[in-house]
Amino acid sequence: MKTRDLSELAVRNLREAVLRNSLTTLGVAVGVASLVAMLSLGVGLQTLASQRLTRSGLFDAVFVTSQRNFRGPRQPQSSDASTKKESRRLDDDARQQFSKLSNVTEVYPQIRFITDVRYAGKSESTSVLGLPDSSRSSGAFDGMKGAFFSSPTADEAILQIDFAKLLSDQPPSLIGKEVILRYAERGALSKAAADDDEALLDAMMGSGKPGGISIVPREKTLRIVGVIESDPSAGIGGFGGARVYLPLKTAEQLHVAQPDDLQAFLSGNSAKPSYMAMTVRVRSPKDVPQVEEAIKQLGFATFSLLDATKSLRLVFTVFDLFLGLFGSLALTVASLGIINTLVMAILERRREIGILKALGATDRDVRSLFFAEAGAMGLFGGFFGVALGWLIGSTLTWGTTIYLHRQNLPGVKISYIPWWLALGAIAFALVVSLVAGLYPAARAARLNPVDALRYE
Amino acid sequence: MPTAPMFIQAESVSREYRLGETVIRAVDAVSLGVEKGEFLALLGSSGSGKSTLLSMMAGLDRPTSGAIRVRDRNLAELDKDELARYRRETVGMVFQSFNLLPRMTLEENVELPLRLAEVNRADRESRVGEALHRVGLAPRRRHRPSELSGGEQQRGALARALVNRPAILFADEPTGNLDSVNGEQILLLLREIQESLGMTVIMVTHERPLAEKFANRIALLSDGRLVSDGAAR
Repeated sequence: MKTRDLSELAVRNLREAVLRNSLTTLGVAVGVASLVAMLSLGVGLQTLASQRLTRSGLFDAVFVTSQRNFRGPRQPQSSDASTKKESRRLDDDARQQFSKLSNVTEVYPQIRFITDVRYAGKSESTSVLGLPDSSRSSGAFDGMKGAFFSSPTADEAILQIDFAKLLSDQPPSLIGKEVILRYAERGALSKAAADDDEALLDAMMGSGKPGGISIVPREKTLRIVGVIESDPSAGIGGFGGARVYLPLKTAEQLHVAQPDDLQAFLSGNSAKPSYMAMTVRVRSPKDVPQVEEAIKQLGFATFSLLDATKSLRLVFTVFDLFLGLFGSLALTVASLGIINTLVMAILERRREIGILKALGATDRDVRSLFFAEAGAMGLFGGFFGVALGWLIGSTLTWGTTIYLHRQNLPGVKISYIPWWLALGAIAFALVVSLVAGLYPAARAARLNPVDALRYE
Repeated sequence: MPTAPMFIQAESVSREYRLGETVIRAVDAVSLGVEKGEFLALLGSSGSGKSTLLSMMAGLDRPTSGAIRVRDRNLAELDKDELARYRRETVGMVFQSFNLLPRMTLEENVELPLRLAEVNRADRESRVGEALHRVGLAPRRRHRPSELSGGEQQRGALARALVNRPAILFADEPTGNLDSVNGEQILLLLREIQESLGMTVIMVTHERPLAEKFANRIALLSDGRLVSDGAAR
């Protein structure tokens, strides 16, 4: 029999026992829906985690320090060729070099210093960190009270809530108020001062005469624009613990004395400021190894979280596998429904099978007909199942978003059905249905036409 | 002097069924020849083996021993697919209980053998129309079997048996579910088709008067054996 005739007969047969076949198809649909909903949840959570982690800047960043900062107990001397290179200072020249590496999107230094913050007659000592403008989209400031910095050079500050509580019982009321920062500015030594101190320097340094730096106390008035509950600088990028945040460029313009300055002064390299660490952002996490290697070749120590992303992928793969297994159980139950329906159909349609055979249908024709009916139920069930799974996923996302909004958190899409999941689920339903139809179809094909015609 | 081969030749055909230890011989060493264009009635009481013999000649069943030759091909040696092809292309069948598929319209029922034979869609409509016209049911083509009388259903079944233009028409108790008037009408139609198309008709019946009235020849079976074989009166 031709495929078109076979399909027409199969659809006609399905329409005749519409209630039973619809219920069987619905069983397949529910099975597929549970599979799709579970996997879409896995995919959605994985996508969400990946997006969040990418936005956090932890996985597309290489953290660079001067090699000497990592020597000692924290990082044993390596025999690696790169570490044998001459140790370099992490200054603006290095920053320029990093910027020119391929796939590098952003390079910024870590500006961190200890300061006194004065507000309403109170003075509190704390740690300050400069934040690049790209932090705006890192997700770390989602749900913050107030707003992110109005510009990369604004004289504005964001306070961590524990520190804000030291200044006011009502931290949010600080937004819009001004605080004064007292800090130590690093400057080049003036000529007169240098002459006066020359004898002293000679006595200290011998004949090296490395030059000098001045440390001058300064004050800066900043407007508070936000109060944040979490610590956005926590983690490997910021080394954690800062409680007042400034725009990075504003922090750089302050020329605050850095711990490295004294070492630079002693080694005679005090003319240019150097940094404790720099963050090099790359286009995507896959570019990290290449950039990391290039920076090592330039004579710097590096660190990245690439291994952590690999572990994360492993966790999600196992997670997806388990979700898929639970979803498949429902589909297995549905396939038993198909077998039951088709076996019942054979009993009911025994005479019909006999008539078809008497009219010249081959065993293959009969088998194909039952197979086509099983396949049609699987296909329809697959389509409905994907739609139902999407509905379940959307409902979960909707419910989660409402809950998060009540917690003053932004909504997230926890369920996501990529095209491969939709097509894969339909194909899976079709295959499972065809496998379920194997036994009934073979049984129908084996029927003896004389026995089948005798059946009442 | 050698005789010309028969169109259908049953040679010492037996059919046994096993029920546990018991062996039931439904057809016992029957030899029977049928000429092309002949109207043969297989007559016998219930359980005489006439329907079993017809099933074997129609390619629905296989003999336990012996041979059934149709156009010199032994049906007992054909595989399943070849037997299906024989039923599809050489044979038309009419049953006592009509056996129209209830969820199809009359024309869909008649079209079914054409679907199985993979006849072009373009040719199907005309052939279905022709078959229904021959049995006088053209106006009822869109009706379902449940909307037709018994006589009409049997005529519809006859149209379905004819639509593939078979060489042999097998009718198993075609009047068994009909009143005498409708029964006679069906057999008249069978006779007319046999004569006009030169078709070979083999009919199973237990009603001797009908067999004598419409068949050319009557073969009488009893307990699976051929008791007599001769021209109808």
